[in-house]
Amino acid sequence: MPGSIQSIERAAAILELLAAAPVPLRVSEIGSAVQLPRATAHGILRTMLDVGWIEQDRVSGKYLIGEGRFAPGGRQVDPNELRARSMNWADPLAARSGEAVRVAVPEGPAARVIHYVFRPDHSTQKADVGALLPGHASALGKVLLAFRPSAGQALTDQALTPYTSRTLTTRSRLTSELAQVRRQGWAVEQGERQMDLAALAAPLTGLGGLVVGAVGIHGAVDRICDPNGVPRPRLLALVQECSRAIGRELHTPRTQA
Amino acid sequence: MKPRFVMAIDQGTTSTRAILFDHGGQLVAVSQLEHHQYFPKPGWLEHDPAEIWRNVEKVARRVLADVGARAEDIAAVGIANQRETIVLWDRRTGKPVRRAIVWQDTRTDALVDELQHAPGAGQITELTGLPLSSYFSAPKVRWMLEETPGLRERAERGEVLFGTMESWLIWNLTGGVHVTDVTNASRTLLMNIRSLKWDPQLLEFFGIPEAILPQIRSSLETYGTGRGVLEGVPIAAALGDQQAALFGQTCFAAGEGKCTYGTGSFLLLNTGTELVASTHGLLTTVAYQVAGQPAHYALEGSIAITGSLVQWFRDGLGLIGSAAEIETLARTVEDNGGCYIVPAFYGLFAPHWRPEARGIIAGLTSYITKGHLARAVLESTGWQTREVLDAMNADSSLRLRALKVDGGMTSDNLLMQFVADVLDVPVVRPMVAETVSLGAGYAAGLAVGYWSDLEGLRRNWHLAAQWQPAMDPARREAEYRNWTYAVELTLDWTSKTGAQ
Repeated sequence: MPGSIQSIERAAAILELLAAAPVPLRVSEIGSAVQLPRATAHGILRTMLDVGWIEQDRVSGKYLIGEGRFAPGGRQVDPNELRARSMNWADPLAARSGEAVRVAVPEGPAARVIHYVFRPDHSTQKADVGALLPGHASALGKVLLAFRPSAGQALTDQALTPYTSRTLTTRSRLTSELAQVRRQGWAVEQGERQMDLAALAAPLTGLGGLVVGAVGIHGAVDRICDPNGVPRPRLLALVQECSRAIGRELHTPRTQA
Repeated sequence: MKPRFVMAIDQGTTSTRAILFDHGGQLVAVSQLEHHQYFPKPGWLEHDPAEIWRNVEKVARRVLADVGARAEDIAAVGIANQRETIVLWDRRTGKPVRRAIVWQDTRTDALVDELQHAPGAGQITELTGLPLSSYFSAPKVRWMLEETPGLRERAERGEVLFGTMESWLIWNLTGGVHVTDVTNASRTLLMNIRSLKWDPQLLEFFGIPEAILPQIRSSLETYGTGRGVLEGVPIAAALGDQQAALFGQTCFAAGEGKCTYGTGSFLLLNTGTELVASTHGLLTTVAYQVAGQPAHYALEGSIAITGSLVQWFRDGLGLIGSAAEIETLARTVEDNGGCYIVPAFYGLFAPHWRPEARGIIAGLTSYITKGHLARAVLESTGWQTREVLDAMNADSSLRLRALKVDGGMTSDNLLMQFVADVLDVPVVRPMVAETVSLGAGYAAGLAVGYWSDLEGLRRNWHLAAQWQPAMDPARREAEYRNWTYAVELTLDWTSKTGAQ
């Protein structure tokens, strides 16, 4: 059996120590608690700071567990970075589908819109960048819930606000819908937030396979879906193609962008 | 088989990209490589032309592979390139005689000072539409000829060729066609802006032998056909990057203008087939020329440091991990906290033209955090745009009703809103933000008949995003005053301190 990796063991010990500590700790306190020389402890702490597992108090220089790093939803990609990476691919999606495009990142059980491309039809439109879409009642939100199971755990039946008669308002219906989204790799919203609106969305997969966001189109129900309520295959293919293209972009080191 | 795409090669200051566009003008695939930036001395900036040519071959091969296309799927190649940067190479071996001197390089400042007092200096602007400045190609060529042992003699014997970057790439792509396009030639200080020919008076003034010069051609015509990875593909357009962006934004008519926000930023206003001479520090330049037709002209205001200030914030100060994160950092505060950054790294360009200025962070107090600095970095781009637009309005009766924007920085919503706020006009982004490449693609596609006319291309233009001005006018004017004071503080720095 191969030996365990010492630095990971040490980092884990420090993490446990900081997680249990009621107050931030000094490097010397951490070193003596896990029986490491100060310099060694300092080196490990620096790496843990870099990856965002821990934080350092600016004034006292003491260390504490990284806020939000291990919270539901996990580590997030910078939304402005995601917009910069998405722009070149969201534009052609709007142009080819003829519909407005949105990119969203998870925020609790909801989806925060971080990028918006107008529908290419010369009409006056308003971008809802910054809007928070309900996770259970939007295509973007359902994708984010489906691929980030921890985010939806807080959702009770009471939290599933009904927007229309079509909104999924029970935990069991939502759970089976999310399982379906995971199986097929995309989500559809059909009058669930607004009766006359439909939307399609697919996940944006970052480094390590983590879903960091979602991209989708939205528009009138009869344009997005056929008369039987089935999403139009051409539009679905365009959304999925776009999600893959942004995914590839997210896998290139950002210093090259 | 009918060609499916046009390919644009965008040879920029920091990277080289190959982009495929389809018939709807939509981006299909992109491949990009950065190249080395050489800083041999303060104020110097060089590129390795051989590395850039290798990168062109690599990105072209990769972008074709990305979509499973081959050379015969490409209708034409168009080039958009960093302008003014000079390459001199050996006619026989094709090897560069030394590294390219990049447009931002200020090594010729002293030479230009000297030339200002030479007979004929007073006519330069009248002949070229440009001020006599180290920014343009001719002083750089003169410097290279003087400072490279034996080079002038070789040049006079016709053993050496000169070109701006598109010229170097066309020569390599076609295996020896030595041409330049009229928009790039209009940036050299060697072409007569009216006759569109190399001007003997200018060649004599700068001491540049005619034997090294490429032939000036229109922007939209087949210069030759590709070899290697682009075997048989017509090389059918070349435009300076900013002219390419103007073309890609479909600003084909007088009164239409755009600003490209990249490393530097460039506001161009199409003035039609009439040239407008600026009295407010702007340049007169060729916008584009279709083969056999009169050239269209543009007024141009260039800002040296915009995106590169964000890069400095990332790489020089290490305050952010990627350029896009500056918006995240800037949004941690409400305003600039009274702090202003004037990034006169290489002097101030339009409309000031003060090469001796150097940058400043003004209004520093202990209150200022990195968030305020991030705001000041972004705001400097907005104010510099305002200065140029004010000058354009003073020079021409063509008033912009909206500013079309493009370039990487347009992904920054905070910045785009600030630009709309300080200009007090709507800022609009087209659906294809990559207008430099798109312009090169459009031009090449038009030249070979892949697209039939300009109006067809206009119909491809769609609005992707729009920012409406929302700043209180009193606050706008107060902030503009503060910015103007900060700019005054940067002037004369090098002349008073002796710094470089």
